[in-house]
Amino acid sequence: MSDLPPTPGQTVGPFFHDALPWTGDAALVPPGRADAVRLHGVVRDGAGDPVPDALVELWQAGQDGRVVQRPGSLHRDGHTFTGFGRCATDRAGSYSFTTVLPGAHAEGAAPFVSLTVFARGLLHRLLTRAYLPVGLGGTAEALAADPLLAGLDPGRRATLVCEVDDDGGGAGGQALRRDLVLQGPGETVWLTYPRLPHGG
Amino acid sequence: MTETTQAEISAEIEAEAQAYAARPAGAPAETTTRRGWGAYRSSVLRVPSNDPHPVDPEGVELWAPCFGQRDVDPLEADLTIQGRGEPLGERIVVTGRVLDGDGRPVRGQLVEVWQANASGRYVHQRDQHPAPLDPHFTGTGRCLTDDDGTYRFTTVKPGPYPWRNHRNAWRPAHVHFSLFGTDFTQRLVTQMYFPGDPLMGLDPIATAVVDPAARARMVATYDHDLTEPEWATGYRWDVVLTGSHRTPREDDLAAALGEEA
Ligand SMILES: [Fe+2]
Repeated sequence: MSDLPPTPGQTVGPFFHDALPWTGDAALVPPGRADAVRLHGVVRDGAGDPVPDALVELWQAGQDGRVVQRPGSLHRDGHTFTGFGRCATDRAGSYSFTTVLPGAHAEGAAPFVSLTVFARGLLHRLLTRAYLPVGLGGTAEALAADPLLAGLDPGRRATLVCEVDDDGGGAGGQALRRDLVLQGPGETVWLTYPRLPHGG
Repeated sequence: MTETTQAEISAEIEAEAQAYAARPAGAPAETTTRRGWGAYRSSVLRVPSNDPHPVDPEGVELWAPCFGQRDVDPLEADLTIQGRGEPLGERIVVTGRVLDGDGRPVRGQLVEVWQANASGRYVHQRDQHPAPLDPHFTGTGRCLTDDDGTYRFTTVKPGPYPWRNHRNAWRPAHVHFSLFGTDFTQRLVTQMYFPGDPLMGLDPIATAVVDPAARARMVATYDHDLTEPEWATGYRWDVVLTGSHRTPREDDLAAALGEEA
C-alpha cells in the first residue's frame, strides 16, 4: 500500500514542441515495411474543433502480444521495435502513427494499444485504449468478452474501438482510425486505474 | 467584450479555496489537480465532461517504455552548454529523486524538461512575448534517472512570462517536467515551481491544485548543500508518481521478453 502522496500533474502547455517530439517519433516501424499499419485520427475539443496543439503518445505490445522492454525509441535504428511513439497534432488536429498490430496480451483477450493525450487546457494527461477492430487485428468474440467494453453502453463503447479506413497509403492500404474527443458529444472514454491509491 | 481582470480570476480561485477549506470534517484531502478549473480558460472546452472510467490495468498498461544510453546523451542534462556561449541568467542545478508511491526509486527512466529563458521567453515560434531570445539557450533537456532514482539538470532560472488567460496574467517561473514510472498508468507531466514566487497564488494553473499541501509538492526547495561555490545555486525537487500496480522484480525483463513460462 502506498503512503507517499503524489506530485500533482500540470498542463503540458503550448510550448512543448521543441522538447517532447523528436525526428521519427511517430514511426514505430518504417512506413515501407510490409506489415506496417497506420493508426491515425483527429483530436477534437468540446466544440468539435480540431486541437492543433495536442501531443498523443502510443504504447503497445509487439505482434506476439508481449510487452517490449527495449530502449531506442528516441534514436530508432530502423529494426528494433520499442512499442513507444509520440505524435504532436498538426494544424488540422491530426495525429498519425506507423506501427504494427499488437497481439493479445492473454489467450482470447482483445488486443489494444494504450494512448495518452496531453494538451494546453488539459490540467492532467488523459489515458485511453484503442482496441483493434474486427478485420484488422480484432475478433468479434474477443471484443464482446472484454471486461472494459462489456461494462459500457454501446455508444460509449464505440469510442474505444478503432475503425478501419482506406487511408493506409499504398495500393488500397487499410488503416486504423481513432478520433480522440476530449469533451462533449462522442466524448472518448477516458480511463482511470482505481487500484492506484491516488487514482490513475 | 471586456477582458477578465486578475481580481476576477483571483476571486474565482479564492471562492474555490474557501469552499475546499470548509469541506465537511472527515472529507479526504485532495491530492492532485482538479480536472475542471474554470479560472484556466483554455480548459473549458478541453476537459472531459464525464468522470474517467475505472478499469483494471492489463497487459501493456502494467509496463512503461524502456529508455537507455542509446536514447539520451548525458550532455543533454546540461542546458547551459547547448550554444556557443553561456546563456544569460542565474545558473542553477535542479536535482531530486523520482519515486513511486511506495517510495521505491524509479531507475533508469527518462526525464524531460523544457522552460523559458531567464527573460521569460521560449524559443517556440508561438511565443510572442517581447522579451529577448537567448542565442545560447534552447530551454530543453533530458536525462535518465540513476539507480537511486535521481535526476540532475544544470540550467538557468526561468523568468515569469505573460499569457492571455486574462488581462495582465503572468505565469510564475517554472520548469516543465515529463516523467515515466514503471507502469504506463503513472505517466506524469507537471511543472516545478520556485519557492516564494509571488505569482503562484494568482496563477490559474498552479491553483488548480487546491489543497495547499498538494500544491506545495510542486515547489522546489532551495538547498545550499547543492549550491556550488563560484558556480550555481541549487534546488531540490522530488517527484512522487502514483503507486505501481506491479512489484518490480529482478525477472521483470525476462518476463517482458516472454522468456518465462
Ligand atoms: Fe511554461
